[in-house]
Amino acid sequence: MPPRARSKPVDELLPVRLVVGDEGLLVERAVSAAIVAARRQDPDVEVRTLKANEITAGVLAELVSPSLFAESRVVVLEAAQDANAEVTTVLVEYAKAPTDGVALVVVHPGGAKGKALVDGLKKAGAGVSEAAKFKPWENDRRADFVRTEIRQAGGGITGEALNLLMEAVGADLRELAAAASQLVSDSGGQVDADSVRRFHRGRADVTGFAVAEKAVSGDRAGALEALRYALDTGVPHVLVADALADAVRTIARVSAAGRGDPGALASRLRMPPFKVKKAMGQARGWDAPGLTRAMALVADVNADVKGVAADASYALERATSELAELAGQSRRR
Amino acid sequence: MWSQVVGQPEAVAELRAAAEHAAHVRFTSDGPDDRPRVTAGMTHAWLFTGPPGSGRSVAARAFAAALQCPRGGCDACQVCHTVLAGTHADVHEVATEKLSLGVKEMRAVIERAARMPTTARWQVVLIEDADRMSENASNAVLKAVEEPNERTVFLLCAPSEHPDDVSVTIRSRCRPVRLRTPQASAIADVLRERDGIDAETASWAASVCGGHIGRARRLARDEDARARREAVLGLPRALRDAAAAFEASDDMLAAAEAEMVALTGTRDEAEREELAVSMGAGGTGKGVAQAQRVAKAAEKELEKAQKLRQTRARRDSLDRALVDLAGYYRDVLVRGFHAQVAATHPDRAIEVENAARDGSRESTLRRLEAVLACREALETNVKPQIAVEAMVTALRAG
Repeated sequence: MPPRARSKPVDELLPVRLVVGDEGLLVERAVSAAIVAARRQDPDVEVRTLKANEITAGVLAELVSPSLFAESRVVVLEAAQDANAEVTTVLVEYAKAPTDGVALVVVHPGGAKGKALVDGLKKAGAGVSEAAKFKPWENDRRADFVRTEIRQAGGGITGEALNLLMEAVGADLRELAAAASQLVSDSGGQVDADSVRRFHRGRADVTGFAVAEKAVSGDRAGALEALRYALDTGVPHVLVADALADAVRTIARVSAAGRGDPGALASRLRMPPFKVKKAMGQARGWDAPGLTRAMALVADVNADVKGVAADASYALERATSELAELAGQSRRR
Repeated sequence: MWSQVVGQPEAVAELRAAAEHAAHVRFTSDGPDDRPRVTAGMTHAWLFTGPPGSGRSVAARAFAAALQCPRGGCDACQVCHTVLAGTHADVHEVATEKLSLGVKEMRAVIERAARMPTTARWQVVLIEDADRMSENASNAVLKAVEEPNERTVFLLCAPSEHPDDVSVTIRSRCRPVRLRTPQASAIADVLRERDGIDAETASWAASVCGGHIGRARRLARDEDARARREAVLGLPRALRDAAAAFEASDDMLAAAEAEMVALTGTRDEAEREELAVSMGAGGTGKGVAQAQRVAKAAEKELEKAQKLRQTRARRDSLDRALVDLAGYYRDVLVRGFHAQVAATHPDRAIEVENAARDGSRESTLRRLEAVLACREALETNVKPQIAVEAMVTALRAG
């Protein structure tokens, strides 16, 4: 996990806290942690939740000013990107000299809109909680997240079980968190591969590209399995067919271009370098007659999924299977 | 007027006779009349068929002018001029720039067909793209074509009478006018006389156009069209090298894209601006937000229509290229059998001769099939890139 120097521990009660990010679960947690911290100091704390576009500078100033009887208050300002210029000024000014007994939580989804507010609050010394969505490729961060979840629920998880769980549940943090706490309570602490398998089956987030990759490398069983998962989770037929075609044509083009530096080849073929590199590896399993057949096959299935075949799923399954078969044949020749 | 219908003497004779008869048809709305009731020569629905470029819609339009003109098609009066220009009030032309004619458009046509003509004797409905009517659309016009108003005439144009082009139910209700592929000499004549193209270019263009008059004119006049044809016919030579073959397919797709942009790009932009003006873009004051919402919706609608037009333009351009390519392999096949028939691309004789000597007839036939399969694939919405690349690999394999 990358170091997050600016993140203050969530438990601490801060006069001004800025929650930046669009991952709903993390935002909710940061906000409720702030409220819990305030309640710990004063159980009768008043909590006010408002949307930034619904308030004026005057209302805001009133909310954050000290109350007559020194009652404490938590003000949660949501959708801070919609704050107008006046509200932004009041917020930034307030952050420089916050009132005792008032905890202000500003929720901003990140991005360019309303960036002045974010920058202003940071500069004024507000505590920042990051709640950005994890990028699709940040699997390590997701794994860390799950491990932390499980530890906080009072359990542990083996590496194998962790991989299985992430494969089955997918990338959604909310679902991962729910699954993690459920698994800990079901297994009574230590989560292993068997207990994951008992409750989670199958795979989420299988794309057409995963199917195509397996098919062109000759892994028939794997490709068919991935295809079923992809179709079950609602990947459109056309996307799978396009991915199959794209995989085959990339191999055909790369092997036609001959050997050479992948970078130069990539710019000549107008493809990203990683794709060319991968295709160079896959191309070793293919010969010219196999590729000719495969090109015809993917062109046919492209028509099939657009209404020519009576059953698009079957057409895809047959094409995937034949493609894997062709890859295998080419390899044996 | 009839001179525009190139190389179709039989069809012209039939249509002229029908137009003459039509002048004597007595309508019930004319009231009592001493004239004899002659109806035999005229029919209420006509189906013009013939290969692309043979002048189906030109023939239909000439016939419409002959029907409407008080002198039976003099080519000099205002009526003739407006019909031929497509602006006559009682001649409704239906054509589409999209891939198909939908049922909604056809319902509007039926409604018009039910009205009395305003100034002329007949109400003419000319459907240029009858083969593009969807199944629902042809069912919708069926009843109107079968028994139209006594003053209404339907003129339908389609490449052939095959059920793929015109449904059998429509066909059986129409009188056929079959146009043939015009002779190269007739095309050359018309290019010389009407378009003022020099004799040499005219006869070259007529010989390589595959009987398509419009294409002959384009080839004779447009440098880009000639360059595109050269590029397409250069593809068989590029097949020797795998990388070059793929590059040729890239070029073909890029050429189609360029032709599409040339055809639609400036129009798209103009239409967008026109719409923005008519929707009050740049206005200020009360109610602007509401107006902008409506404008956004209209803009979306326009974009959708433009996208359909682009798809059609791209596809048409690719199809022209594929027809040229198919013509090349046909020539090779013809040469391989030493058949004495006119070549599609006579200017490629040497290359064709070499190809016929080097390759077997079977592989030529397989290549021809590959080109035709690609045309079919494009028609079934296969991504152009995939279809063309699959064709090129098949051509290479032979």
